[in-house]
Amino acid sequence: MAKRRSDFGTLYKGSPGQWSWLAHRITGVAVILFLFAHVVDTAVVGWGPHAYDRVVSVYENWVVRLLELGLVAAVLYHAINGVKIMIFDFWPGSTRHMKGIAATSTLIFLAAMIPITWIMGREILDLAFGWNL
Amino acid sequence: MAVETTDRAPGAAPAPRPGMMGYKSGRERPAGGFELWSWVFMRISGILLLFLAVGHVLIMHVVDEGVGRVNFGFVAARWQSPVWRTWDWALLVLALIHGINGLRVIVQDYVKWPGARFAINMFFYALGFGLFVLGTVIVFTFDPSKWPGTT
Repeated sequence: MAKRRSDFGTLYKGSPGQWSWLAHRITGVAVILFLFAHVVDTAVVGWGPHAYDRVVSVYENWVVRLLELGLVAAVLYHAINGVKIMIFDFWPGSTRHMKGIAATSTLIFLAAMIPITWIMGREILDLAFGWNL
Repeated sequence: MAVETTDRAPGAAPAPRPGMMGYKSGRERPAGGFELWSWVFMRISGILLLFLAVGHVLIMHVVDEGVGRVNFGFVAARWQSPVWRTWDWALLVLALIHGINGLRVIVQDYVKWPGARFAINMFFYALGFGLFVLGTVIVFTFDPSKWPGTT
């Protein structure tokens, strides 16, 4: 049987865009769940230095720092992919170049993550193994 | 309230509209009503968050020792400036609405039973409102002079 094509293009109904659609959802959910906790932990600053410094000391744990790197990646991916979505939304003709635009946005994300992973990764390795890179 | 039980495309199977639907040239967009406003809001807040959220994340977590330098004194010094208080408050409000509206769309896709859908949405709206109040009070009332010698 012939493969059925969506009535509204292919972006949100499988094939090329389905992975970025899924990644957009997962990174979005991850960021909002972190935000729920983050509003509370930041609010602790209103209870003074003793309470707040104890809260932010969780970041001395390398596993938390690894999650933090994941958070930065999630925000960046969601932002860059969101720009891609808006390009398709506001300039419908651009969907003719969907593959190229999708590849470009993925490349921008990956390129941004190289220095970020190096900068944050150094700290993580230092905290985890005492490596002073 | 923002609880709608309609599916993604209100007024199912609309005639193809040049430019947006049909012709396999564009993406689906809500035809009108609350869902269209939601669609518009997600894009406007998305553009603002592109600067507010990405800027926040790079400043707080990547550059200049990242989160390692964040403590009470850092926050106290940073919130000396009304610019950062406004930035953080705008980020709080836009990210909460953008994120919770995103959760609403996801719930609409996966939770079919209206009762559960209503309960889950109400839980997130209540949580979001509570966090909005908490964050707003802290951002605008925080006064480090209550703890002298810490900044």
